[in-house]
Amino acid sequence: MRRRSVVVVGAGPAGLAAADTALAAGADVTLVDSAERPGGQYHRMLPDAYGARAPEAVQHGYRSFERRVRRVLDHPRCSWWAGAEVWALERRDPGGAAPAAPAPSCPPPKVHVLAPAPGGGPRRRHVLEPDALVLATGAHDRVLPFPGWDLPGVCTAGAAQALAKGERVVVGDRVVVAGTGPFLLPVAVSLLEAGSTVVEVVEAGARARVARGWLGRPWELGAQAGKAGELLALTGVLARHRVPYRFGRAVVAARGDGRVEEVVTAAVRADWSVVPGTERAAAVDVVCVGHGFTPRLELPVAAGCALRPGPRGTSEVYVDVDDDQATSSPGVYACGEITGVAGAPAARTEGALAGWLAAGGAPRAGAVRALRRRRDQGRAFARRLAHAHPVGAAWPGWLRPDTVVCRCEETDYATVCAAAQDPTATEARAAKLATRAGLGPCQGRVCGPTIAELRHRHGTGQPPAGPTDPGSHHRPLAQPIRLGELARPPAPPAPDRPDLAHLPPEESGS
Amino acid sequence: MHRTRAVVLGAGIIGAACARELAVAGLDVLVLDRGGAAAATTAHGEGNILVSDKGPGPELDLALLSRRLWPEVLADIAARSAGRPPRPASDQAAPPATRAAEWEPKGGIVVATTAEGAEGLTRFAAGQRAAGVRAEAMDPHELRAAEPFVTDRHTAALHYPDDAQVQPSGAALVLLRDALAHGAELLTGHEVLGAVTRAGRLVAVRTARGPVGGDVFVNATGPWSGEVSARLGAPVDIRPRRGEILVTTPLPPTVFHKVYDADYVGAVGSADTGLQTSAVVEATRGGSILLGSSRRHAGFDDRLRPEVLSAVAATALRLFPALADVPVMRAYGGFRPYVPDHLPVIGADPRLAGLWHAGGHEGAGIGLSVGTARLLRELLLGDRPSLDADPFRVDRPAVLGTSDGARDTHAGSTGPPDSTGTPAQAGASGPAAVADPDQAAARNMTEEGA
Repeated sequence: MRRRSVVVVGAGPAGLAAADTALAAGADVTLVDSAERPGGQYHRMLPDAYGARAPEAVQHGYRSFERRVRRVLDHPRCSWWAGAEVWALERRDPGGAAPAAPAPSCPPPKVHVLAPAPGGGPRRRHVLEPDALVLATGAHDRVLPFPGWDLPGVCTAGAAQALAKGERVVVGDRVVVAGTGPFLLPVAVSLLEAGSTVVEVVEAGARARVARGWLGRPWELGAQAGKAGELLALTGVLARHRVPYRFGRAVVAARGDGRVEEVVTAAVRADWSVVPGTERAAAVDVVCVGHGFTPRLELPVAAGCALRPGPRGTSEVYVDVDDDQATSSPGVYACGEITGVAGAPAARTEGALAGWLAAGGAPRAGAVRALRRRRDQGRAFARRLAHAHPVGAAWPGWLRPDTVVCRCEETDYATVCAAAQDPTATEARAAKLATRAGLGPCQGRVCGPTIAELRHRHGTGQPPAGPTDPGSHHRPLAQPIRLGELARPPAPPAPDRPDLAHLPPEESGS
Repeated sequence: MHRTRAVVLGAGIIGAACARELAVAGLDVLVLDRGGAAAATTAHGEGNILVSDKGPGPELDLALLSRRLWPEVLADIAARSAGRPPRPASDQAAPPATRAAEWEPKGGIVVATTAEGAEGLTRFAAGQRAAGVRAEAMDPHELRAAEPFVTDRHTAALHYPDDAQVQPSGAALVLLRDALAHGAELLTGHEVLGAVTRAGRLVAVRTARGPVGGDVFVNATGPWSGEVSARLGAPVDIRPRRGEILVTTPLPPTVFHKVYDADYVGAVGSADTGLQTSAVVEATRGGSILLGSSRRHAGFDDRLRPEVLSAVAATALRLFPALADVPVMRAYGGFRPYVPDHLPVIGADPRLAGLWHAGGHEGAGIGLSVGTARLLRELLLGDRPSLDADPFRVDRPAVLGTSDGARDTHAGSTGPPDSTGTPAQAGASGPAAVADPDQAAARNMTEEGA
């Protein structure tokens, strides 16, 4: 009998776990990631980010990560495509403007991959036709706009950390880390280790709410308990460096002549409305901001997966998955941050479950029951996280009419509001073409959720699209592709190159 | 006194242009759309206002009328909003009321890359000149000066100074806002479900939010015209024809005109029957380059097909090989309103009094919108038409689903086989007056309905 073929997109904690269990279930696995090494955003920072503090659990986590990398990449049934990007998914179900639910027997979409050519030159197109597709595309930082956020010297928390730990580049000498969410802590610690002075860490959430979210009902944490402990350890590091960790404050402006010289923070209420008279300026050269994460949904949307709204009071949407991590699209599974932001341990559990079931593994095996239990704890953790760090609805209060909202096209807040109130431009597409917001090189990845939220808030006339409308995530071209690469016919599905099937030297050596 | 109430179905560019003409003429106008304005076919094209791609015949006549009207209409709108007499529109410093249209009379350049293509292009241009189109042959130096990055392997090039470009969604909204300023009303979120007739006359359309009454109804629903007209009980054979466009990341100025390929390339590198691609390359104000275009029948299936995008890229690179390393950051597709004989449908429906049609422009609707609206208004009010409207009449075999071309498929073509059109009537317009449909299709190599 022919073995089942599974394509896994994304080699972060979720995707790597999926590949591992799909191999264990006996499938042929193709693992695709745009990075040169597996690990995704999370493991890029390891071991340094936590290693220097040496919490034993994290160190252990890293060793098990390394073992898993070895096991997956050295597996004879695994094909590892490094530096490769999935630029399109092509559905094979009969569909159209209003596709009926496709037959369960319909195969998953064809996977269109761009992979490096042997010896350089333009990347080659490949088309994969798997029996099952596992999407583990992760998330990127969400950043809310504020006056001056388009100045050089404002960067996302994730970018700052990647530079500090991946490239060993210090983003600045005097840095404020601001936004909301537990991720601010490891970012601040990375910056400290890289030699920056962290002036303060500014969390917009109120202290009581954050504490309640993190510390309440500890019995529910289960396998996630380590995560909470880890964060407490990080606050300890901040305390040792005498870095204030302030709650209920937000960055409301960055100023400077050509680049950031000063950041203005202010006290905010529970809904993030600014308390007048509490503004305070601090001299800095860099501001790192992160307001949670936006799941990368272009591939799930292209695959036709139904979405679901995030926890109440949040504006993000996620891939809707069932008890088996299966999406509404036949043969397509989703795991990790695209189903709800819950951190690496939860992502690994979801990935393990998705990989096993996508590969046709026995659904009632004892290990699967345990995985489901842990996955459910992970989902509870995601809800807890969202409740502890909601984005306050009144954040646009710190915008000014001339504040740039879409940085690529320099569309300002007043223009977005005017378009939202224009009775002739009720459709998002007409408004997008009129304001140009979201038409630039980032294709709305940064500003998309913000624009959708502002249109919803300021819109008159038509009701906005439903909360699970794929709207701002609809990008059928999931990655930029050069015209020359696109014009060439696809190469054979399997890369005929040994260099892709093996680890880069620095990984395979140790 | 009772003003005539005109209900325009569809708030795309055709509906917007018709609403404006009728509102300016003093009618009481209501525009219905099942979604919002200017967001479907209108927002998924290139914004072509072309005379270059049309051979002598009624479509070219409509294109020349429209090309003359566009700057006049924009100047009128600017003048009205500024409260001063109209001045000719220029692309420099457009006033706020018309700025969103991004009117650019940049001219088109058609490039042939084969010997046969050069011969065909030269012959074609001679016919166009006789019909009043400015078509200037370019020598290689002129071509190089005008488009430094175009392929060296060209065999002929023609400059069409009258080709122009708009941002189509913005242009539609400019027309629509002017209609509203003249008293028209816009009702979005109203889908037409059926007809209310009295004594054989259409007196209202049923919508999910109740009936909407009027004296005349203009079906301007683009590729959905077939379905809407069928719901009203007077089906016309207008069907969707899919097209795709690629958008590059913003570049420094690289492409200066609308540049297209004279060599129609059928079914390039694809086993997909019915797929045709031809190169259409142009820059937008935002700095991106738009690359079109494809044509295929796929119903209303809106999924992008990677092999179609690949074919579009390959045809574009034949024209501009220097763009090979430029990243495509976005691709989108849309549905053109296609009529089997490739001519728009403009006029009263002989089967149902009160119903008018303005549609079926395939890929040329942005450019042809203002001429179509003018002609519709003249026919509707009994004024002397600006040009012979007979070739666009509703009761022709291709439109009523009785021609050979209409038999070739289509679930949407529900036209009664025994309607009024006959082959004899089709012949009446004569081969001398109407270009052969297939040749017209082959020549109609560029479009904005994509």
